[in-house]
Amino acid sequence: MSTAQSRHAYGNAKRAPSPGSATCDTYDVHARLVGPDRNPKAPRPRGSQEPVTDTALRADGLYKVFGRNPHDAVRRLRAGTPRDELDGATAAVIDASFEVRRGEIFVVMGLSGSGKSTLIRTLNGLQPATEGTITIHGEQLTGATAARVREIRRERISMVFQHFALLPHRTVVDNVAYPLELRGVPRAERLAKAGEILALVGLDRWADVPPSALSGGMQQRVGIARALAADTDILLMDEAFSALDPLIRREMQEQLLELQESLQKTIVFITHDLNEAMFLGDRIAVMRDGRIVQIGTPEDILTDPANDYVEQFVQDVDRARVLTASNVMERPRLTVAEGAGPRTALRTMRDGYSSAAYVVGRDRRLVGIVRDRDAMKLVRSGESSLAGIVRPVPQSVSVDDVLMDLFVPAVESPLPLAVTDDQGRLVGVIPRVTLLAALGPGTTATAELTLPLPPVATGEIDRLLAESEAVGAADAADPEEVR
Amino acid sequence: MDGFRIPIGEWADTAIRWLKDNLDSFLDAVGFVLRWLVETLSDELIAVPALLLIAILAALGWFVRSWRFGIGSALGLLLILGMDQWEPALQTLSLVLIAAVIAVVIAIPIGILAAKNATVSVIVRPVLDFMQTMPSFVYLIPTVLFFSIGFAPGVVSTIIFALPPGIRLTELGIRGVDPEKVEAGQAFGATPGQVLRGIQLPLAGPTIMAGINQVIMLALSMAVVAGIAGANGSGKEVVAAISTLNIAQGVEAGLSIVVLAIYLDRLTSALGAPADYRHSLRSVIRRRRAAASAA
Repeated sequence: MSTAQSRHAYGNAKRAPSPGSATCDTYDVHARLVGPDRNPKAPRPRGSQEPVTDTALRADGLYKVFGRNPHDAVRRLRAGTPRDELDGATAAVIDASFEVRRGEIFVVMGLSGSGKSTLIRTLNGLQPATEGTITIHGEQLTGATAARVREIRRERISMVFQHFALLPHRTVVDNVAYPLELRGVPRAERLAKAGEILALVGLDRWADVPPSALSGGMQQRVGIARALAADTDILLMDEAFSALDPLIRREMQEQLLELQESLQKTIVFITHDLNEAMFLGDRIAVMRDGRIVQIGTPEDILTDPANDYVEQFVQDVDRARVLTASNVMERPRLTVAEGAGPRTALRTMRDGYSSAAYVVGRDRRLVGIVRDRDAMKLVRSGESSLAGIVRPVPQSVSVDDVLMDLFVPAVESPLPLAVTDDQGRLVGVIPRVTLLAALGPGTTATAELTLPLPPVATGEIDRLLAESEAVGAADAADPEEVR
Repeated sequence: MDGFRIPIGEWADTAIRWLKDNLDSFLDAVGFVLRWLVETLSDELIAVPALLLIAILAALGWFVRSWRFGIGSALGLLLILGMDQWEPALQTLSLVLIAAVIAVVIAIPIGILAAKNATVSVIVRPVLDFMQTMPSFVYLIPTVLFFSIGFAPGVVSTIIFALPPGIRLTELGIRGVDPEKVEAGQAFGATPGQVLRGIQLPLAGPTIMAGINQVIMLALSMAVVAGIAGANGSGKEVVAAISTLNIAQGVEAGLSIVVLAIYLDRLTSALGAPADYRHSLRSVIRRRRAAASAA
């Protein structure tokens, strides 16, 4: 059994999406995650009342209090009583409000005891909310009858559990078919459907064994398959990968993103692992002591933590795997229009203390680079078009590439690394120092940097050069070194 | 303290007599049904040729446990036959089976209720303690009063005495089911009934079977007490042996109860944990079938 399992796991790892650089083949998922409708820089204010049409799930002023007199405890919390001064009552969720958009992965992150597991259980009514409302596709879950809540769970919202929660007395395929069974789907039909889903998660060979015969990672794939078989558009995942060992966990995260790419479910994912949150989340809600302290994209959380708590939390994050080129890039200054002449190009390079410049066409499309030596030759020969000397761009990266993938291109690029958008337009550049500084902690990392010692003014150099005519213009500078 | 006395005994006496007077026809009907059940079953068993019945019981042992157990039970049952204790042993077996079935039918629903409802659990627990610690002979007084002597009072006192482990282990088993698995059922929209039937009862199965095993063992231990109430069987043989100080009869009747006890215990514990008995006939058959379908 174990050899078969490991062989399978290996096969799966090979299948994981890994185009791109060889140095970090697992972290290019970020780019795939960013769909056209993703707007990373628009954090919604908490409790916002504006109607949003693509909201799949919405919580408003959610409270969950255990113990005696929960409603009284909510009243006191609203009046400002601190959480630890409620005698006899435990507030697990305090005033949680958020919206989950259709098709996004919304991660709720917090340490144990922060209330995240209770929060996810209020979303499908496993733990009825003490106060506040939950709306699923415009329909209120809170206050619905028990029968209606069950219908909503069957049709709208399914769940993946931390310890898999598979039924040991059923085979794998029967476990996957369980939600369909509850819906009254005939046996042959539900088994066929379950078989399809099992193939989707790569477990079709294991359909007829009991779940206990599978490894942890495979069991959780069965758990995911079961939730997918329910064919609900919302998936709640409660620490779904926390019980797995790290390698398997990473593999599962990738597989989840891969599935998500084709299935476009709305996923609420609970985790205590910040790296996992950053890796999976389109948006992240950070919870502490029952309250949501910040909601934002991974970049928001990292670059603009709402308070000291979040800041401390994100200190340990591997920023290189979260921040993207768009987070650190600077405005491109050294650009020459395609139609401009060699004189303009040379002047631009001189002003930017650079041996080369990017050439952009109409709509700022990146065409190539020119070098100062070539431009000087043109000026001497009286040529008026740059066309003859434009060289291809040696290195350029996409706005969505994570910093991890920028190091090698940055080293190889003679100019500050060009950053292009999906239409090939030059939207920014990343000098190597900026790339380095972005890895450090603190909010200044993405601000524009100035070099500690600016070069000597060009005019001075020109004068000096004019005085020593005999030496020859060609030796004025070594064009290979930039900045 | 002179003259101070709490007349609990008198109250109980009054209550029992009131019940007897007011529920007489009901009690008669219950007594008739119980007696009819036990007598019919024992008559049927006695009507089967002894060697055939021994073969069947031994085969059953092989089917659920192992061929060794099958041979052991055949030897034990032949011993009972050889001691000429066959008929009383079958009567005892009938009484135990009827009482155990009724006890299980009562115990499991109460156990489920107690598992689901904290109030029921709190009420049931001291009642069970009371039932288990009250000396079992005491039950005979009201039951004989209600049903006169014979099988009926034996069955009723046996049920009362054997009930508690059935309830306790059912409650324990259901409460012990991994809450995440119960949540899984709920999260996919299962009704409470579907969660009970599809998740809680199957997962609590081994614990509930352990409870049923205990019910049967306690029922058997009541066999002698039932004999005092006039129920025919090995228990009555033991009581007779005591009153005449007949050592031979006492040993033979006692031995046959021991054989029955071992047989029922091993059989029912194997029923509850089929995976533990890989050499039982049914495991072998299941493996062959699985191998055949896989090939």
